[in-house]
Amino acid sequence: MTPIWIAVIGASLTAFLNKYVGHSVPERWLNKPRFMRINTLVPIVLLSALVAVQSFADKKELVIDQRAAGVAVALVLLKYKAPFPIVVIGAAITSAAIYNWF
Amino acid sequence: MSITSRFNPRTNQVDRTGISVAFTVGLYGAAFGAAAVTAGFSILQSCLLSILLFSGASQFAVVGIMGAGGSALSAIATATLLGFRNALYGLQMAPILKVTGLNRVLAAQITIDESTAVSTLQDNEADRKRGFYVTGVGVYIFWNLFTFLGALGASAIGNPSVWGLDAAVPAAFCGLVWPRLKNKLQFIVCGLAIALALLLTPLTPAGVPIITTVLLAVIFGWKK
Repeated sequence: MTPIWIAVIGASLTAFLNKYVGHSVPERWLNKPRFMRINTLVPIVLLSALVAVQSFADKKELVIDQRAAGVAVALVLLKYKAPFPIVVIGAAITSAAIYNWF
Repeated sequence: MSITSRFNPRTNQVDRTGISVAFTVGLYGAAFGAAAVTAGFSILQSCLLSILLFSGASQFAVVGIMGAGGSALSAIATATLLGFRNALYGLQMAPILKVTGLNRVLAAQITIDESTAVSTLQDNEADRKRGFYVTGVGVYIFWNLFTFLGALGASAIGNPSVWGLDAAVPAAFCGLVWPRLKNKLQFIVCGLAIALALLLTPLTPAGVPIITTVLLAVIFGWKK
């Protein structure tokens, strides 16, 4: 089995377990203030880290290329409350324009 | 949707909200499908993630980390931590849905940000239930349909940079994190996570810089 297959199957299993456990355990097991505070921050740190790595990493090197410009445009669009598809397309067009013409 | 919805404007309103959310979010599935194929996943593998995993942020994380050359373990760990919020949604939905057996399995699978959010917006038990199912099933259908189309489209493209797909993935992550940043602490933690991930990138294997930032969540969430 290739690493991608392992990731697909493994992550699908744990995702379902997360969902199913929530429906099945007593509320007091998970409803703890400290846990809730940490859990609000978990998606923020992971997604922020993913933005950073996807924008500036090329293997193990840090680079500034067309992706950074695309992400900057995405942030501006988000600031002005553009809908998600527009944000993604705006970033793609910007990045493609720089890649193809500069 | 049904005879009742045609005669009950309130139920109709719930359906409309659910379906419009489902369609908008579903479109995002095209970005996922394209991202997955760009990261080296086959069309089948991309579609299986949407069918089986079915949680946007975790799916993007899996393809993002594998695409950057990370290990399957760090992809699974990151996706699992991101999916933990779905457990909390399940906790919230269980007393409203009151499902057992196979119905619980099906309800669990569609327990995601959007179905829980639309349900929470309703002001009575029947509408909360309906909002959950209409949105959950709706997102499931549109998300999977658009994943397939996005994957198909991207697989017809040679170099992803030519079409800007390399920027579409981080832009998609921006769209996922942006609505979660609501106060100063969260902005600071976001900034620190970016800094830590970039600092670790040259030093550790791919995937490790991302999962390590969970330490920041623990540190800043520990004390009130």
